Amino acid sequence: MRIDPNKCVACANCVPVCPMGAIHIDSGLGRATVDEDACVECFTCYRGMSKEHLNPRMVRAVRKVARFLRFRFDPEPDICPTDAITPQELAWPRIVRRAFSDPRVPHESTGIHGRGTAEVKTNDVTGRVRAGEAGFVIEFGRPGVGARFRDIQRVTTALADLGVEFEQNNPVTSLMRDVPRGLIREDILDEKVLSAIVEIKTQVENVPAVLGAVAKVRREVDTVISLGVSTRCDPEGKDPLRALLAREGYPAYRGKTNLGLGAATAAAEVRDGG
Amino acid sequence: MTNTLHRYSDHYAVEPAAEPRPVRDDYIVFAMASQGINDDDLVEKYRAFLRLALRHNPINIGDATKGGWLRPRNDLNPTTHWARAHDADPQAVISGIDGPTTVAAVFDNYEAMKAFVEDVKAAQLGISINISAPMDDAERCCKDVGIVRHSVEYSLGFQGHVEKLPDSTTLELSTMCGHGMIAADFAKKMIDWVKENRRTPEEAAGYMARFCSCGVFNTTRARRILNRARGVKG
Repeated sequence: MRIDPNKCVACANCVPVCPMGAIHIDSGLGRATVDEDACVECFTCYRGMSKEHLNPRMVRAVRKVARFLRFRFDPEPDICPTDAITPQELAWPRIVRRAFSDPRVPHESTGIHGRGTAEVKTNDVTGRVRAGEAGFVIEFGRPGVGARFRDIQRVTTALADLGVEFEQNNPVTSLMRDVPRGLIREDILDEKVLSAIVEIKTQVENVPAVLGAVAKVRREVDTVISLGVSTRCDPEGKDPLRALLAREGYPAYRGKTNLGLGAATAAAEVRDGG
Repeated sequence: MTNTLHRYSDHYAVEPAAEPRPVRDDYIVFAMASQGINDDDLVEKYRAFLRLALRHNPINIGDATKGGWLRPRNDLNPTTHWARAHDADPQAVISGIDGPTTVAAVFDNYEAMKAFVEDVKAAQLGISINISAPMDDAERCCKDVGIVRHSVEYSLGFQGHVEKLPDSTTLELSTMCGHGMIAADFAKKMIDWVKENRRTPEEAAGYMARFCSCGVFNTTRARRILNRARGVKG
């Protein structure tokens, strides 16, 4: 992302809206500037801010007078007054940043908007996680820290050592050069993203081992990790995870519950009978 | 995509409180069709889902590809600073659905969520429906409505270099957009502006909601958090 210096009036509205803190006012230029290494191409500034189309010279003149008089004024905080934020055409490998950071960009590997698959949200019709299995979503960089693939690889290799199954239709898996070893393509290892989700599947009894493997390496990665774990309920609606997670000392306060109201209407095969 | 899974509350504090405050005003119900399985006529199914939601006074509805009922605009002018419309536009969300997406409705009380789930069950839309909420409340809702839970997914919170995270009040606000589109610095700015009486909690919640790219930001909960931050019980 770039900020057009011919349009920018250094109002600084865009500075706090950047989830990565990648924008600052360059005191020499007197314009907002994007730190390209910190920017993850999430498009929050471009898409999230409303836009006016004021004349930059006029706005700068008004601001100069207000500043001279030490006036404090209250502009709307979510507006770029001169429409100065300008997307750039992205090339490989930088384009990976946007694919993992802008939720409006669908991944080619999943066909859905976002950073992972549908997990158990459509489990009632896909049967992705079956009885006795556990699906993990291990998310890096969220909330608001960002992550580089080199750090993500530190965890994927640790998980690979456990023999877990990486979700095939997951964007991170699609960028692995050696899935059984959890190795990610060399040319993107230094790319930074807002968040990336690794998805694996294992047996419920292996959940403590996976939690332990992540816990072992979590301080070796320069980011934060958000963990989610899912399973199929039994015919009475009970699940084996809650008690297990309590025993392991993990909070399980909030989550998602698939109500099982989905039904296959096409000629698709439903793997576990819904 | 885990856009509503990791909404921060006391339960996920690095050093959890002995008695974490329950969250009683944040319930999301969302619908998702699956390609090649039940995505025939999906636009009408999604629209029907959101129309049903409007009967139960949601506090936000959203389309993951276009946003919630408060959205940024590209056509503002200088008078905006004095007369900006902060009204929600649910019909724009519904009519704007035009293809594969996820749609969501956010409620600020259990009874509204439960009544909506009853309606959705009766409507037999045939697409996957999920509740994203405190797990006990979701389970209670299923029992009340006569639904057997199919699958569950638990948020286990945050780990790693958690010292990089902002303070808990900021996190409560910023994680209500799970895609991370509400920057911690912006949430902090809104907290400060409310404390300085430069904006009302309602206005500050609206500014943040516009950044949420799929419409799951909870403005009621945000107002409560902002009021708490300025010392007002809400």
